[in-house]
Amino acid sequence: MSLRLQARRLACERDDRWLFRDLDLEIRAGEILRVEGPNGSGKTTLLKILSGQLMDHEGEVLWNGAPLRRARRDFLANLLYLGHAPGVKTALTPLENLAWYQALAGERGDEPTRLAALERFGLAGFEDLPAAQLSAGQQRRVALARLELTPRPLWVLDEPFTAIDRDGVIALEARLEAHTERGGGVLVTTHHELRASTRLRRLALGEGGGDVEG
Amino acid sequence: MSKAESRTAPLPEAGEASVGLAIAWRATLHRDLMLRLRRPGEVLNPLAFFALVITLFPIGISPAASLLATIAPGLLWVAALLAALLSLDGVFRDDAEDGSLEQLLLSPQPLSVLALAKVAAHWLLTGLPLALMAPLLGVMLSLPAGSYGVLALSLALGSASLSLIGAIGAALTVGVARGGVLLSLLVLPLYIPVLVFGAGAVQAAIQGGNVAAHLAILGALLAAALIFSPFAIAAALRISLNG
Repeated sequence: MSLRLQARRLACERDDRWLFRDLDLEIRAGEILRVEGPNGSGKTTLLKILSGQLMDHEGEVLWNGAPLRRARRDFLANLLYLGHAPGVKTALTPLENLAWYQALAGERGDEPTRLAALERFGLAGFEDLPAAQLSAGQQRRVALARLELTPRPLWVLDEPFTAIDRDGVIALEARLEAHTERGGGVLVTTHHELRASTRLRRLALGEGGGDVEG
Repeated sequence: MSKAESRTAPLPEAGEASVGLAIAWRATLHRDLMLRLRRPGEVLNPLAFFALVITLFPIGISPAASLLATIAPGLLWVAALLAALLSLDGVFRDDAEDGSLEQLLLSPQPLSVLALAKVAAHWLLTGLPLALMAPLLGVMLSLPAGSYGVLALSLALGSASLSLIGAIGAALTVGVARGGVLLSLLVLPLYIPVLVFGAGAVQAAIQGGNVAAHLAILGALLAAALIFSPFAIAAALRISLNG
């Protein structure tokens, strides 16, 4: 399985301010790239550019060597993106939410798998409640259950630790690590300090530039 | 959240995306219908608006049957059109706010086809009930007998075009706070042909004109909207979320 997402000389301007300029980065199989920086430094924007949602930038994004525009279909079939908003419908139950996401990936899926995924994320017993009755952390867990349900090599996660409790954070961190061990790649923004690991690289966004560290 | 148990299991290769399109389409339609039915207020709002407007006309103008019968086709069509327009704003907005719209855009399935499922759900719970309700309100406007079937049919055909065209506007204004007025301004000019031939069909049924011709043109408008608007909706959504 090939997995290589590259960005070359990426630059993005918002409101007459450069969020980042001349940014080169690469995500390969078996790596976690953590994007860090203060609020408003362009982390979410960078993730949206790298997941092909924003086209309004300079430089190019390559998926397995081909420009993202041309390889879009293949790229999307390999991508799991969890955004800032969890994308969970509060009028639907966790099971119904997951059923839609599974179908969106083109899989029929079945209820036992969905139940198992919810259970794995600590939502056993909540699967038939409208998500509106769940806490923010539980709603986030519904979204995170897609990591289990829809296996995709590349994970792009925008603040996945938001509203998650301490045990959940530890388990999610282990899950990210396990995903890279299986040959997946992870691009993540978080203010949470990730455990040091040989697989972890960091990208610091700040005033007008980005630096990739070892 | 426990540790992933299948640490060494290889990641599956991504499957062929087109296989699952039918599954994704059905699931999106099903989800949107379910969401609307769980908030019955939103389904009933356009119907209540339609009924209220039509009830007020005989009171405001004149209860004379001969006068009402002349203006009934136009009144019914204009009121139904506005009722459908009022319900359009929410088609994509809720999804945009909770983040599921970006997930829809990131699905490997073609966005235009999935958007069509959302429009279908909107029509099934807005346009179709309006069309079914119109003959009842026609009685209040003393619409001549024999034109009820044409009224319902023309509204069913026409409102499907209205939903499709309106969804383009809804997609364009999804990023605009309180885009309701802008949406109306964008979409209303495009609604005029549908209104002309829709009201014309009912008028023709009353006066014994050629109903089939009007209905055929409504059908042609619907066919054109079905072919072109999914692409326009998809492009509009991409533009809206790209800012």
